[in-house]
Amino acid sequence: MPNTPRTNSKLKVDNRNSALLGDADAAIIGGGVVGCAVARRLALAGISVILLEKSADILDGASKGNSAILHTGFDAPEGSLELACIRSGYSEYLKIRESLNLPLLKTGALVAAWTSEEEERFPNILAKARNNGIDDLQLLSRQEVLVKEPAISANIRAAIAVPHEFVIDPWSAPLAYLSQAVANGGQAVFNAEVKGGEFFGNHWMLHTSRGSVKATHVINCAGLFGDLVDADVLGQSEFTIKPRKGQFVVFDKAAGSLVRSIVLPVPTELTKGIVIFPTIFGNLAVGPTAEEQESRSDASVNQEILQKLHTQAVSQIPALANIPVTATYAGIRPATENKEYRVVENAERNWITLGGIRSTGLTAALGLAQYVHKLLEKQGSKFKSLYKPVVPSVPNLAEHLPRDWQTSGYGEIVCHCELVTEREICEALTSSIPAGNLDGLKRRTRVTMGRCQGFYCSARLAELTEGKFAESLDIGACHD
Amino acid sequence: MTLGLVMTEIFKKEIVDVAVIGAGPSGLSAAITLKKLGIQKVVVLEREAEAGGVPRHCGHPPFGIREFKRVLTGPVYAKKIVETAQNAGVIIKLKTTVTMLGAGGELILTSPEGTMHMIAKRVLLTTGIRETPRSARLVSGSRALGIFTTGALQSMVYLKNRIPFRNPIIVGTEIVSYSALLTCRNAGIEPVAMLEENSCPSVRWPIYKLASWFGVQLFLQTKLVKILGQERVEAVEISAKNDPVQNIACDGVLFTGQYTPESSLARISHLELNPQTSSPEVDEFGRCSDPVFYAAGNVVQPSRDQAKVPIYYTNKNLPNPVEDAGQCWSQGRTTAKNIVKDLAGKLPSFSHQS
Repeated sequence: MPNTPRTNSKLKVDNRNSALLGDADAAIIGGGVVGCAVARRLALAGISVILLEKSADILDGASKGNSAILHTGFDAPEGSLELACIRSGYSEYLKIRESLNLPLLKTGALVAAWTSEEEERFPNILAKARNNGIDDLQLLSRQEVLVKEPAISANIRAAIAVPHEFVIDPWSAPLAYLSQAVANGGQAVFNAEVKGGEFFGNHWMLHTSRGSVKATHVINCAGLFGDLVDADVLGQSEFTIKPRKGQFVVFDKAAGSLVRSIVLPVPTELTKGIVIFPTIFGNLAVGPTAEEQESRSDASVNQEILQKLHTQAVSQIPALANIPVTATYAGIRPATENKEYRVVENAERNWITLGGIRSTGLTAALGLAQYVHKLLEKQGSKFKSLYKPVVPSVPNLAEHLPRDWQTSGYGEIVCHCELVTEREICEALTSSIPAGNLDGLKRRTRVTMGRCQGFYCSARLAELTEGKFAESLDIGACHD
Repeated sequence: MTLGLVMTEIFKKEIVDVAVIGAGPSGLSAAITLKKLGIQKVVVLEREAEAGGVPRHCGHPPFGIREFKRVLTGPVYAKKIVETAQNAGVIIKLKTTVTMLGAGGELILTSPEGTMHMIAKRVLLTTGIRETPRSARLVSGSRALGIFTTGALQSMVYLKNRIPFRNPIIVGTEIVSYSALLTCRNAGIEPVAMLEENSCPSVRWPIYKLASWFGVQLFLQTKLVKILGQERVEAVEISAKNDPVQNIACDGVLFTGQYTPESSLARISHLELNPQTSSPEVDEFGRCSDPVFYAAGNVVQPSRDQAKVPIYYTNKNLPNPVEDAGQCWSQGRTTAKNIVKDLAGKLPSFSHQS
C-alpha cells in the first residue's frame, strides 16, 4: 500500500518530480534530533524552513537509539564547540521543557570506579569538570555510594557524583521541536531524499525524490549520511562518517526502582563507555557498546554481545540477575575520523554542515540550533523573530508523570505492558507530525515496547493501523 | 482536571468479597465456585475488551473435555465459560486494568471511565502466562517486521482474520509450537521449517509428526543464529551442530513457547516472587506472601524439580510445563474452595516459607 503523501496541501506534487515542493529561507536536510532542533530555532527566528527527511518519519537514523541522557558537559572536550553547545542546549531544554510538556528525570549520575587505576583518574575528571564550568561534583566513598544506591555491588571502590546529569525522553523532545517549527509556519516533508542540487549564487535548488526545493540556505543535518550529502550536493566533504554501533539491553520496569542514578564508567580516550541508566519510561538499561562498522543502517543486535552487556550489568547491580529483559536494541552513531563535532560553514555557498554529532547530540541539539542561527545572522540575513510563537505540547510518556490512561475517556488500553491507550494511538496517527511508520508510532506512544513485545496487542494494533503505513504489521487476510 | 473531578476519582471506592484478576479459565472457574459456595460479591477484573482468556484465540480443539464433557474449539469454549460465570452471578468488569496491588487487598484500577480503588477481602491472581519474546531471548539480528509469538499470531488470525507472514520459520517444538503449526495451516500460512536446539522434539509421538504430515521440515540440534532483513524479515541464519551456518529464506520468525508467568503486577508489588520461576510464592493453599492474596492457574509455575511432566511432553526435553485450560479450570476451583474456607476462618493460619 503506498504511503499517503504528507506535503502541504497547497503545494502540487506530480510524479515527474518537476514541481516545486517548497520554497523557503532555509532547507534542513535530515529529521534527526539536530534537524528538528534547527527547524524549531530558525522558525522561531522568523526564518521560513522546510525540513527534508528521506524516511517516512523523524528519528529514523542515529537519533533512534541512544541513552537519553541530558548531559551537563562535565566530561566534554575542554574549550570545544561540543561543550558550548551542550551547555547552551542543556539550559535551553530546562527553560522550554515545561511549556512543551517535556519530562525530566532528576537522576544525577555516579562516575563509578571499580579498580584502583580508575580511581586514580578521579582528580583529572574533577579538574576537567571545573574547567568546563561544572563545580558541583562530589567525591563519594564506597560507604557513601552504598548508602545512596544500596543495589550497587559492594565491589565498587568510590564514585564521583554528578548531581545535574539527568534523563529525558529521547523521542518526545525532537518531536516537540519539530512540532513547534511546524506550528509556527515551518514545513516538514517525508520520504524526500535529497539526491542533488545546484547553487545559483544566492539560492539553492535541491532535488529530492519528491520534487525540487528552492532555499536560500541549506543546513545539512543528515547525520549518518552527512558526508555523502555534502559530497553529492555541495561537491566536497570535509569528513568521513565512520558508523559506530552501540547495543543496549533494557531490563523490566521492576528494575526501575533498584537504581536511581545514572551509573557511568570512568571514561577512556576512546569512548564514554558502558552506562547503566534509568529510562524516563521506568526501566533500567545498559549500553552502549562501541563497534566500528561499514554499514550506516545495520542496527542489528548480537547475542554474545547482549549477553556480555547483561553480565556486566549484573556484576555492577547484582539484583538484576532476577529481573527479566524487556528489550534489546542498537543505535548507530555518526562518528568521524576526528573526535570533535564537524561543523563546517561554507558562507559563499550558503551551506552549513552539522556533522559528527554523536551521543551528546540529544543535549547539544538545541545549542547547535542556536549556533546555526548566529551563523546565519552573521552572514547578514535579516529576520524578525516571532513575537508570540505558538507553543504546542507533546503527550507525556514518562512513567513518573501522569499518563493518558489516568484520565477517563481513553477508549481502551491497547498495550497492557506500557498502558498505551487507544486515544494515544489515534492522536499519534493524526497529530501535526503524525507517525509515518510503525517504529514512529512506537516512539510516540510506546505501544509494543513493553515486556511482552506485542504478545497481547499486535492484533489490535494491526487493526488500528490498517492502511496507515507503507509497511504494516500484517500482510493481508487469512485465506478462507 | 477540576478539583471536583479529583475528589470523585479519589472517593470511587468499591468494596467486594473477592476480586479475581484475569478472566481466563482459572479465574472464571474460581469465580463460579466462589458464587456457588455462597460468596456474595465476586468480581472478575479483565483488562481485555472480552472475557475468556487465551482460549479465545486458540481456534482449534481440544477444549472443554473435563469441564463440559465435549470437544470444543478454544473460542467456543471461551464463550461457554463466560456464559457459565455470568449465569452463576459473577460480575465481570471488562477493559478494567489493575495497576497496583496494595497491602491488605487494596487495588487500584483503571477503566475508560477513570481510575478507582477497590478493596477486596481476598484477591485471586489468575493472570496466566505468555511466551518469551525475541528480545528476552537475546536473539541476534535485525528488528524487522514479521517477528511474532504464537499468542500474537493466534490473536491476529482468529480475532482479526489477518496474517503477519506467509512463510515463517517456527522456533521451538513445545505443544504450543504445534498449536502454532495448526494455526498457520488454518490461515493459509506455509512455514518453511521448525527449529529445535535439542536432539529430539519436546513433545511425544505422534504430535511431532504433525510437522512432516504438513510438509514442514523439522531441524533438530539446530540453533537460530541471526534474523536478517531491513523492513521485513527476509531470511534467517541457522546452524546445526558442527555444520556451517546456513541461510534460509523466510518472511517471518515465530517464537513459540518458553512460557513465562504474566506476573508483572506481582513483581512491582509487595508480594514475594520465586526468582527461579518468576511466579508469586504460594503455600499449599495458593496463598501468597500477603495472605489476603491468592494465585492460581498458569501464573503459578511449579519449579522444575516439582513439576509433573504432562503426558504430551518427553521427560528429556521438558520445557516450562503449561497447564491446559482443563487443569487451570480445576486449579481455579480448588483455590476458590480454599478462599471460602479462609473467609470462614477455617484455613490453618498462615505460615509462609520462601
